[in-house]
Amino acid sequence: MAEEKQPQRKKIQATGQMMKIMSDYFYDLNDAGQSATRKVAWCTSVGPAELLRAMGFAVHFPENHAAMLGATRMATELIPEANAIGYSPDICSYLTADIGAHLKGTSPLAKAYPGIEAPPRPDVLVYNTNQCRDVQDWFTWYAREFGVPCIGITSPKNFTDVTEILVDDVTRQIEALIPTLEEVAGENLDMQRLRETVALSRECTELWRQVLETAAATPAPLTFFDGTIHMGPAVVLRGTRQAVDYYRRLLAELEQRIAEKVAAVDGEKHRIYWEGMPVWGRLRQHSELFSELQTSVLVSTYCSSWIFPDFDANDPLRSMAKAYLALFIVRSDAYKEAYIKRMLEKFNIDGIIYHDAKTCPCNSNSRYGMPQRLEQETGIPSLVISGDLNDLRCVSDEQTRTNVEAFIEQLEERR
Amino acid sequence: MTQPVYVGLDMGASRTKVAVIDRHGALLGHAVKKSGIDFAATAALCLDASLEQAGAGRSDIVAAVATGYGRNNVAFVTSQSKTEIGCHAKGCHYLYAEAITIIDIGGQDNKIIKLDADGRRESFKMNRKCAAGTGAFLEEMSSRLDIPLEEMNSLARQATETIRLGSYCTVFSATEVLENIRHGKPVADIIKGIFYSMIKRVLEMDSITGKVVLSGGVVAHNPYLVEMTEELIGRPVLLPPFPQLTGAHGAALYALEATGGQGDGSGEE
Ligand code: SF4
Repeated sequence: MAEEKQPQRKKIQATGQMMKIMSDYFYDLNDAGQSATRKVAWCTSVGPAELLRAMGFAVHFPENHAAMLGATRMATELIPEANAIGYSPDICSYLTADIGAHLKGTSPLAKAYPGIEAPPRPDVLVYNTNQCRDVQDWFTWYAREFGVPCIGITSPKNFTDVTEILVDDVTRQIEALIPTLEEVAGENLDMQRLRETVALSRECTELWRQVLETAAATPAPLTFFDGTIHMGPAVVLRGTRQAVDYYRRLLAELEQRIAEKVAAVDGEKHRIYWEGMPVWGRLRQHSELFSELQTSVLVSTYCSSWIFPDFDANDPLRSMAKAYLALFIVRSDAYKEAYIKRMLEKFNIDGIIYHDAKTCPCNSNSRYGMPQRLEQETGIPSLVISGDLNDLRCVSDEQTRTNVEAFIEQLEERR
Repeated sequence: MTQPVYVGLDMGASRTKVAVIDRHGALLGHAVKKSGIDFAATAALCLDASLEQAGAGRSDIVAAVATGYGRNNVAFVTSQSKTEIGCHAKGCHYLYAEAITIIDIGGQDNKIIKLDADGRRESFKMNRKCAAGTGAFLEEMSSRLDIPLEEMNSLARQATETIRLGSYCTVFSATEVLENIRHGKPVADIIKGIFYSMIKRVLEMDSITGKVVLSGGVVAHNPYLVEMTEELIGRPVLLPPFPQLTGAHGAALYALEATGGQGDGSGEE
């Protein structure tokens, strides 16, 4: 396999603008943490960020910080710090890396943004267990550490359809957060502002959807690996004008690539769906490995998880509940399989790679027979690779390489 | 008189295997050595030994393909490489041109590869990160029990009972072994238990369908494992004449194919 071809990864021009808005975001967050008047909320990635923004909180997303710990490969050294205080190496390595970093007093922000030492101190922590239970445990630890309130939504799980009963439940839970948030913020919720925030979130995620869907073109103008970087604003700046402006620009650039038939991977021969989390500390290696094999990993459940078509400014609270419930990770396998099947068709996929992440069962969909079922129904072959999002002790590069190369050989035999 | 030859190098983490074939794909020479730490030197030794057996020299090599974990360390012979999964498939399909399930038990990893009748891979699985069910597990047990690896096969045959070892983990299994020693269980029964646990771990990796081919160094040296597998899956298995060489042979067949040839088996060993 791995002959000749040197990897050709093409830089996305809009990256500069993204770095700028991410940098502005982190400095603003840092200012808020130091200001006597502004309030900081910590929020899970698909928690009620819209509500928090509308109430004037500066919002920090610990998962984003944890992913940075992974991408900078600081995580593996820090996870044992949390293990030592009773947080097992088998649980979420975002949690253990992030708490480990706090215990060690270190942060990737310090290196990337001179003047910032660590994430801002929270005034309140707000979670949604739609993704997993670990976020609640994670936030509760910080609530004890900082002596601040920790509130959240305990989400229903594993349902196929988002029914009205479920939406009622979550809407009420969101409403129940408001009094505590008003008390911490020192101001009342302004419904008009919430509507505007929800409208911006809707616009942002709609543009993000269009960005990801450019990969349906042959050859694909962007890869999953690009997506994991460029989703930054969709995660941390959802509900803001900056994110919307950024995705307009990125979309224009990708459309231009399509028009000019510019491929993200030169000589694209195979098109792969990635199911599961990225291995943050191996993004570049993985991107290069697939490029060498003229294989475009072009679409993923993970990046697509920040698309929320349900947001509706006319019915902000209820539509937020719907959006948080519609999330892939919280649904049944029946829903997930139907969803993936649509994606396989839309993106003209030849093979699926499942990343079985040791410490994140909720994002490891290969554990209940899904690969076998989908393969049988679609005839599209799949591969499961063992690894982890952050804990590189669970990653074997050689095994990954051999598995991936053998899988691509298998696809080649079928051509 | 010399003839053109094709070479396959299988640089495993534990052993290096080389196969030299003729233009029909038939095996002319082969060699196996511990990979050690100098992969290139070991590859060179194996290459020369197998060429000699084939009655050929380096200048007779038309093409070569490398496989195995060290496949990128043998650029002095060839820069062409294929994965060991592809090579085992190719080597086994050459010997058994029908739909087969290959179970390869190597020093560091196991594979289960399913092929259709045309030799195309339908699926493959490699073991996860641990030693369960690999040669490394046997080596660890042999050193714990202070019984040489090569004696284990005949000892296992003398067993009257099978000790059950329940754990995935090599370290936990070793504790179970020690516990059985403390309880005065016969060594032969314990070794049979070790073999049994090893095969179980391998068979658990995937569903075992259709005709089964067993390959890899571990079965080459421990034929009792073959019988045990047959007992567990309830039907006979196919055993290549050189179970340890299927990867190297497959690599050589890839080399032959790359130069336009086709292993047609007409020089069958
Ligand atoms: S979904 Fe997985 S990675 Fe994300 S917080 Fe939960 S356990 Fe951690």
